Amino acid sequence: MGVVVRLFAVALIVLYCVGPFIWQFITSLKPSHELTTLPPLLPEDPTLENYLSVFRTHPFGRIILNSTIVASLTTVLSLAIGSLSAYALAKLNIRGKALFLAFVLSVSMFPPIATVSPLYLIIRLLGLRDTWWALVMTYTTFSLPLTIWILTNFFRAIPNEIYLAALVDGCTPFQAFRRVLLPLALPGISATAILVFIFSWNEFLFALTFTSTVKSRTIPVGIALFPGIHEIPWAEISAASVIVTIPIVVVVFMFQRRIIEGLTAGAVKG
Amino acid sequence: MKKTGTGDYLFILPSVVVFFVVTIYPLIYLLWLSLHRRHLIFDISRFVFLDNFLFLFTDPRFLTALKNTVYFTVVSVSLEITLGLVIALFLNNLTTGRGIVSAIVLVPWAVPTVVSAKMWEWLYNPDYGLFNYLLGVKVNWLGSPFWAMNAAIFMDVWKTTPFVALLLTAGLKLIPSELYHAARIDGAGRWYIFRRIVLPLLKPIILVVLLFRTIDAFRVFDAIYVLTGGGPAGTTETLSIYAYRILFQTLQFGYGSAIAMFIFMCVGLISIFYVSILQRGFR
Repeated sequence: MGVVVRLFAVALIVLYCVGPFIWQFITSLKPSHELTTLPPLLPEDPTLENYLSVFRTHPFGRIILNSTIVASLTTVLSLAIGSLSAYALAKLNIRGKALFLAFVLSVSMFPPIATVSPLYLIIRLLGLRDTWWALVMTYTTFSLPLTIWILTNFFRAIPNEIYLAALVDGCTPFQAFRRVLLPLALPGISATAILVFIFSWNEFLFALTFTSTVKSRTIPVGIALFPGIHEIPWAEISAASVIVTIPIVVVVFMFQRRIIEGLTAGAVKG
Repeated sequence: MKKTGTGDYLFILPSVVVFFVVTIYPLIYLLWLSLHRRHLIFDISRFVFLDNFLFLFTDPRFLTALKNTVYFTVVSVSLEITLGLVIALFLNNLTTGRGIVSAIVLVPWAVPTVVSAKMWEWLYNPDYGLFNYLLGVKVNWLGSPFWAMNAAIFMDVWKTTPFVALLLTAGLKLIPSELYHAARIDGAGRWYIFRRIVLPLLKPIILVVLLFRTIDAFRVFDAIYVLTGGGPAGTTETLSIYAYRILFQTLQFGYGSAIAMFIFMCVGLISIFYVSILQRGFR
């Protein structure tokens, strides 16, 4: 392939991926009267008004806080529960491993719509409607398959000698897990943490069903139900979208290799 | 390894409990609900056995939703795999800047589907949308029964092709470069190498990607719910959206659960189908 063709192809792929975001960013800088005129493509009188109004006239700060808390709690819980299971599956002598892993894999294929109605009734019964916990409980469960698969692979890759040496030194299986294997699996843990966080940050169906007010509403629901008085407030929606996209772009650029490692560990080896 | 101790089972206990409470029990509950006529407002609950399931196949709205879902799944997944393969072959040949390009390719996959749906809804806007402006046309993309579903497919392809491309790139990396060299020495052309070496060796991972993508596309909800809300006139209403409407807008928990159960069984069949092909390949 010639250099020119190659460069052209890169430019095309990049434009394909980034183009819609650039347009969203441009829209977010336009004052409302400029939204309804095209051309010009670029804002003639760029403004940050939309960004300010997202926080001033809408409870977007609270919504971001809800999402951050839900996603963080989910990540911590999913890693805690998942790493224990993954350790047992990789290093301990328990029966029915293959069956358990097959079950875990099948959970990852559950259509969310299939559990949303019974879970809604359960959550209503427990009085957890419109709380962070309803979402944390659900997200933790549905992110466990990914966590268990990736971490089982990582724990398996750690040589048995290391684990056995820890036992010989007098560690209980739990101490061997916490002091020896967990630190060695840190790259896998961080890859998993990023994926679980992104999953919980983005989830929509459960969030739409289980939350009803700004008390627990998360970003996807906040953006989907963005209130407008007469028409859809496109400039404000664009500003809100840009605000929630920036942290994701930062995470993706910082941890690109980890994310791909995690995704492929979950898919290629699994 | 040391002998089995009952204490070892404590390590998987938390997962088992969580899975039981949030997946197995709800699934049994779903089955039970689907055999009842149950209305949330009037507090009615009556056992009707398979009536809900029999009604499914006489319900024109359900049949349309089924047709829409199948169309969406088949078209979007085929496009994603094809385009993803092209991008993967290209990324695999890239020597410099691969990290940055991979990161850029990941961005559409990583943003919330709701954000991308809103983004595309604005791009598709009939009056002030960028697409109509650039193409110099005046098409009501999301308002026309013909375009709406294809517009949704186009958005889904944009959002998930990166994921497909990156997984396939990882698969390509596993192919030893000696194979290419040997083939080239034997005088094999580019297309021949692709068809006879790359494609067969990539087959298992293509199947895995197909499995994930087919299931994801079949249960599609957010992308279309936010982009078109199922309109115009139900032409983009998929099974998940229909089930959601029946469940949470008309509060018919019995019938809605039957639709959800149907989706669950379809997804089950799809995965059994792919897994059996995969297993046959490895034997």
